[in-house]
Amino acid sequence: MYRYDEFDHTFVQARVAELRDQVERRLAGEITEDQFKPLRLMNGVYLQLHAYMLRVAIPYGTLSGRQMRMLAHIARTYDKGYGHFTTRQNIQYNWPALADIPAILDDLARVEMHAIQTSGNCIRNVTADHFAGAAADEVADPRPYAEILRQWSSVHPEFSYLPRKFKIAITGAERDRAAIQVHDIGLHLKKDASGTLGFAVYVGGGQGRTPMIAKKIRDFLPEADLLAYCTAILRVYNLNGRRDNKYKARIKILVHETGTAELTRQVEAEFAHLKDGELTLPEADIRAIEAYFAPPALVARPEGDAAVTQARLDSRGFADWLGQNVTTHRHADYAAVTISLKGIGEVPGDATDTQMDAVADIAEAYGFDEIRVSHEQNLILPHVARADLKAVYDRLVEIGLATANSNLISDIIACPGLDYCALANARSIPVAQDISRRFASLERQREIGELKLKISGCINACGHHHVGHIGILGVEKKGAELYQITLGGSGDENTSIGEIVGRGFPPEELTDAIETIVDTYLALRLDGSERFIDAYRRLGAAPFKEALYAGEAKAA
Amino acid sequence: MKVLTANRLIDGEVVWYGTGDAWIELIDGARIARDKAGEEMLQALGKAALADNLVVDVDLIDVEQQDGRIVPTRLRERIRAAGPTNHLHHGKQARPDFAPAA
Repeated sequence: MYRYDEFDHTFVQARVAELRDQVERRLAGEITEDQFKPLRLMNGVYLQLHAYMLRVAIPYGTLSGRQMRMLAHIARTYDKGYGHFTTRQNIQYNWPALADIPAILDDLARVEMHAIQTSGNCIRNVTADHFAGAAADEVADPRPYAEILRQWSSVHPEFSYLPRKFKIAITGAERDRAAIQVHDIGLHLKKDASGTLGFAVYVGGGQGRTPMIAKKIRDFLPEADLLAYCTAILRVYNLNGRRDNKYKARIKILVHETGTAELTRQVEAEFAHLKDGELTLPEADIRAIEAYFAPPALVARPEGDAAVTQARLDSRGFADWLGQNVTTHRHADYAAVTISLKGIGEVPGDATDTQMDAVADIAEAYGFDEIRVSHEQNLILPHVARADLKAVYDRLVEIGLATANSNLISDIIACPGLDYCALANARSIPVAQDISRRFASLERQREIGELKLKISGCINACGHHHVGHIGILGVEKKGAELYQITLGGSGDENTSIGEIVGRGFPPEELTDAIETIVDTYLALRLDGSERFIDAYRRLGAAPFKEALYAGEAKAA
Repeated sequence: MKVLTANRLIDGEVVWYGTGDAWIELIDGARIARDKAGEEMLQALGKAALADNLVVDVDLIDVEQQDGRIVPTRLRERIRAAGPTNHLHHGKQARPDFAPAA
């Protein structure tokens, strides 16, 4: 893992001291809310419905046990005993007092964490494949590059007042688990024919009120040019991105209005000025950052096969969990474990302080002290010996985090929605809970197979509904909640934006509608191997519309 | 019919302007504006409280009276007045002195 050097420590501590002073002056009435608001937002402090909200950055979703324990400590000491892991691989606390924020940031700084640039029109937390460094299918760990981008983008003077926020994601595998095509910049780390590392560069993806799939503007960018090329993109955006209309200010609109070919020409022209200049990454520096992410010493544990075989026979629950939440590792004796934060009827992404402490313990005991947060709001132990899987499972059962539903219909992404969020128009969490309860049977969920259901409580799409196989968007209509359903979205290497299937549903009819969609799929799929998304792409929306709305047409 | 609401500066707690001329933590004792003059008075009080750095996000919201209780018209404001609907043990609704609207 990356460790702060002296410069990093000094920088973060200075920032905490600065905010402490700003909070004190605000509470003393020396600065107004209008003056203070942009300052607090630069440090991740929002004001939501019930209280302030603090969003803490978890760079590329990577955490140590010590850091997770600090997150638990903050939940217990300053909040109400829980935190909410987000689709940006961050954590949010829903109830901190403004007066406590400096103390929280002091505690975070002690474990090399902060909340800088988790809000505002700047470059946000760079997200990465949650299986980075462990996945069997990746060409290289993308996180060193995410760390390089983090260092480059932190309080970057030129890019701290962009037209709008800016999000970068990076994957090191063909299989995209980081949703790079719905980011402002998506980077796909790959090797060219000669085996040299570089990136395919995507620009202008995003969700929100105008969902767009990113355009590939470079098929292969040498790794040394990463910062020069990203600077070129940001410069073109900073100069030409719209500042006249908040809703048209993201780079996706610029790419759309400019056209991909012209935008690419502008970026390449800027890049030509920057190339081979001071932004070129020295080979030694890349390798030095890479060394921080050196994989743990994975000793041979060949006893794992026999142990897993026996444990499967002994425990049906373990067998289910193994089948659903355990992913192939590049080392045959190891596996990556998904800890589902989607227990049946629970709040997607929430974890209690006790659970966080226990996950830290498990990571230290069995997972080389590494934890990841996935953009799907789960936790990951990337390196667990197969021989230890049963022990990990047993510990997860004890803390209620052994639900075997990874990638199934109850593994729902949901934003905080109207229960917490000042922007929301409708609730998301109760919708997720109700659907989760309806499909509680794991046997039924496995029969349905991979199905990504994502819920947003407003058009800002924090719940990624545009790329849900089934997406749900909450709106307010005539003072009541109404939910639109989209079908056919996907946030992987075959990214697609879901299509609205028809009129929306009031909350009391929504779960029935979801069940109708699922039953329609089950009746029409070719066989159990045809996933929902594949069946939808083959069939189109018609049979689903028919199932949902035909009765109305006849009645009318 | 409107009441004045805000979040308290120091801790973000949801508050309403009360009949006793103080910011209060439960909506029941909120001062109701029944006409334009009442609304303007509340607005002026809100502006002053914002300037005094007591509260932030000051807003006049629509309410109804049901069985003598003050009930916000919008769901958003009903959730602010009670707490998150998925965590009934958090927010105002967890307080012993909270009486849910019927």
